[in-house]
Amino acid sequence: MTSVTMTVNGKPVSGDVEGRTLLVQFLREDQKLTGTHVGCDTSQCGACQVHVNGKAVKSCTMLALEADGAEVTTIEGMANADGSLSVIQQAFQDHHGLQCGFCTPGMVMTAAALLKENPKPTEADIRHYLEGNICRCTGYHNIVKAILAASGQDVAQIAAE
Amino acid sequence: MPKDNGIGASTKRREDVRFLTGKGQYTDDINIHGQTYAYFLRSDVAHGTINSLGTEAASKMPGVLQILTSKDFEAVGGLPCGWQVTDRHGQPMQEPKHPVLAEGKVRHVGDPIAMVVAESLEQARDAAAAIEVDITELDVVMDMKSALADGATKVHDDLSSNLCYDWGFVEENREAVDEAIKNAAHVTTLELVNNRLVANPMEPRVAVGDYNAATDEHTLYTTSQNPHVIRLLMGAFVLGIPEHKLRVVAPDVGGGFGTKIYHYAEEAACTLAAKLCGRPVKWTSSRSEAFVSDAHGRDHVTKIELALDADHKFTAIRTDTYANMGAYLSTFAPSIPTWLHGTLMAGNYTTPLIYVNVKAVFTNTTPVDAYRGAGRPEATFQLERVIDKAARELNVDPAELRRINFIKPEQFPYATPVAVEYDTGNYHATLDKALDMIDASGFEARAAESKANGKLRGLGIAHFIEACGIAPSNLVGQLGARAGLYESATVRVNATGSISVLTGSHSHGQGHETTYPQVVAEMLGIDEGMIDIVHGDTSKTPMGMGTYGSRSIAVGGSAMVRATEKIINKAKKIAAHLLEASEADIELKDGAFSVAGTDKSVAWGDVTLAAYVPHNYPLEDIEPGLEETAFYDPSNFTYPAGAYLCEVEVDPDTGKVDVLEFVAADDFGNVINPMIVYGQVHGGVAQGIGQALLENCAYDENGQLLSGSYMDYTMPRADDLPMFNVDHSCITPCTHNPLGVKGCGEAGAIGSPPAIVNAVIDALHRAGHTHVTHIDMPLTPSRVWAAMNG
Repeated sequence: MTSVTMTVNGKPVSGDVEGRTLLVQFLREDQKLTGTHVGCDTSQCGACQVHVNGKAVKSCTMLALEADGAEVTTIEGMANADGSLSVIQQAFQDHHGLQCGFCTPGMVMTAAALLKENPKPTEADIRHYLEGNICRCTGYHNIVKAILAASGQDVAQIAAE
Repeated sequence: MPKDNGIGASTKRREDVRFLTGKGQYTDDINIHGQTYAYFLRSDVAHGTINSLGTEAASKMPGVLQILTSKDFEAVGGLPCGWQVTDRHGQPMQEPKHPVLAEGKVRHVGDPIAMVVAESLEQARDAAAAIEVDITELDVVMDMKSALADGATKVHDDLSSNLCYDWGFVEENREAVDEAIKNAAHVTTLELVNNRLVANPMEPRVAVGDYNAATDEHTLYTTSQNPHVIRLLMGAFVLGIPEHKLRVVAPDVGGGFGTKIYHYAEEAACTLAAKLCGRPVKWTSSRSEAFVSDAHGRDHVTKIELALDADHKFTAIRTDTYANMGAYLSTFAPSIPTWLHGTLMAGNYTTPLIYVNVKAVFTNTTPVDAYRGAGRPEATFQLERVIDKAARELNVDPAELRRINFIKPEQFPYATPVAVEYDTGNYHATLDKALDMIDASGFEARAAESKANGKLRGLGIAHFIEACGIAPSNLVGQLGARAGLYESATVRVNATGSISVLTGSHSHGQGHETTYPQVVAEMLGIDEGMIDIVHGDTSKTPMGMGTYGSRSIAVGGSAMVRATEKIINKAKKIAAHLLEASEADIELKDGAFSVAGTDKSVAWGDVTLAAYVPHNYPLEDIEPGLEETAFYDPSNFTYPAGAYLCEVEVDPDTGKVDVLEFVAADDFGNVINPMIVYGQVHGGVAQGIGQALLENCAYDENGQLLSGSYMDYTMPRADDLPMFNVDHSCITPCTHNPLGVKGCGEAGAIGSPPAIVNAVIDALHRAGHTHVTHIDMPLTPSRVWAAMNG
């Protein structure tokens, strides 16, 4: 076991992990942050997406030890300071961008990373950026719409029902 | 003006807040003090005899608490099948035992052989690798037709063959159908494959077993669409635990699509192991495990013949299908190719004579059961494809050929020759609506534009019908169901007027927590926020059959309406007493009870308080309290229908298909929450496009799964799909349920595959590739390119 220390959602945390412990295991099992989900075992689905030092990372693809000293943000750290939904989260609710909710944390983390890089993405930009996130419920229509709305664009003109 | 409350309002989903903030409580998020971890050793060969299973060394490895094999399940039953099909000759289907853990033989890759319980998952996995398994491989049974040949290797030695059943429907029509086809002016024949799929809800299956020795009570937390069904099947048929000692909880469930209906081996194994170990036992499926252990869907091989007269009226349909059951019968598997498939072969049309033959076959593959649509996509696909082929052969507009044969609005209720009676519909309206939505008249110009860009554009048309609201119990009982299919609801009004609705249906993405309160709020005239839904826990909700077959609002919603009506009746009695008026004069409006024609009224909350603080109360006439339960069992299925149209572009150099436009005009009857209904159609269409273009569950000739991960099984991603244009304004309300609703969950997956394939064939024909009459799904670039250049 090796000790790791990192900042998760603004709070310093530490723990003892095995060499093979994945970041997602550390978050879910040690830190009890179960909002980060595991939907596959081949780094394809994106349900485990978190931010590490500001970059979107699939936490099933990174060892906990690799995140030693890092700033990690999970879905639990995405709401506004007063607990209200952030702009992106609110847009997902407003535009029915989630159904079962399992892929949703990863989608929100990816959307946040996209809008940081590209504040006014086109529909095609969004669809391309979501290539690492699988949703089985929504057909992506309302996820795309929600991200467009979160970027301040008028979705009434872009997306049909 | 759209409503902002009650029935018809696009109320935002209240459940979203917890899902968007990481506060959902999925089964894998449940951790019980003292929890242990289970890992299943699974067969890596498709068919073999287990000569020996050495667990001694493994059982001594660090952290190992228990290793279970089939010996531990000798005293209990196999996993039960919930539906018995009777064959053409009146004989029951062949029904092999489905052991919890493999007994003597393994029959598919992924068949569980042993279960290791250890202090950590890693220890359980390491120990499983140390189990000494000696298996002699046997010839595998993969192809369904050769599986039925004389002398074929058998999947189950104790059965007479690999044939589960040979089903004929309607058997009495067989000769008349043969005759009509012989005498037809034109017969169109099509052979096709409905490709095997994996449902792939994003949350893999999880089971956590817990046992309280002091009270002899078992609890199973599981990823289920129907916890009461699991309690009944596992308690009564597998482990022998009475209901009052077995609680099944399905908390937040991350998608189901059918594959979480069934009772799975891991549920029984974790429940039993928790008792044997005296510790909670958790099993979490990996995605790789899900691909070999979740029930698969579809996998039909079909030949359909459509007979037409000189006026292009359909005179008969004959269809022969081989349906893959896999190695064992999953919970509802036998019903899918029969009663959920054969009964829909009339589609939206007046074809007078239909004969459906289905041979269900055992193979050395993962069991196959219902996946979104379940039988109805298979019926719709073959019918809408053969109609399209007929239109091409007869040089008739495909929309017109459908119109000629549609059941007309004035013909409802309409009894089909395949034993169902459609209550309402207007197929001309939905087809016209969809043609308008896609701007069909502008298609030629768009096709010319595509051509100028070097692409081949095609327009695909499909219409569908489905039987939803899966019930009624007396009918499904005649058809072989071993369970009732009603639904239940308890409306518990609290003293201050807030309400808990306990429902036997289950939400795993459908948004019941939002839509059900909309209905109750509308009926009572109170705020939706005063009403909460309780579901997914057998210790809390009345016995109910769960959610699948687009049945929640049609059956579960109806039960809730009936229970709420009882509440209103009782509350009116209380109000009449409080207002010193006759009960007949009491009106309920906007959350208050008033005396008709007066200004006397009493608020909802005063009546509910009186029910629980009955100081001034008609105790001689009615009991205190305000809580009512209803069990609703409808008189018929519901019949949603719709027109699905799309435009595709084919790249002639690569064969790649792009979906440019997709429109859906559905008749779902009345709609409770339009936003949620749009979302259901989007998701269904995406899965249907996935089936048509991308997804294929493929085995090699040795029974090894080739598509065992997301690296090989092509899930639709955001850039594979267009924005959708969906509409449900063509409404013919269901006549036999109190809400007039029909259900919307499966429509998208049913109507879209034939629309896509018809569009691709259309594109190829317009480009002169008229020799291409069909391409089997998925229409991958290589298949399309090969067809064009073949």
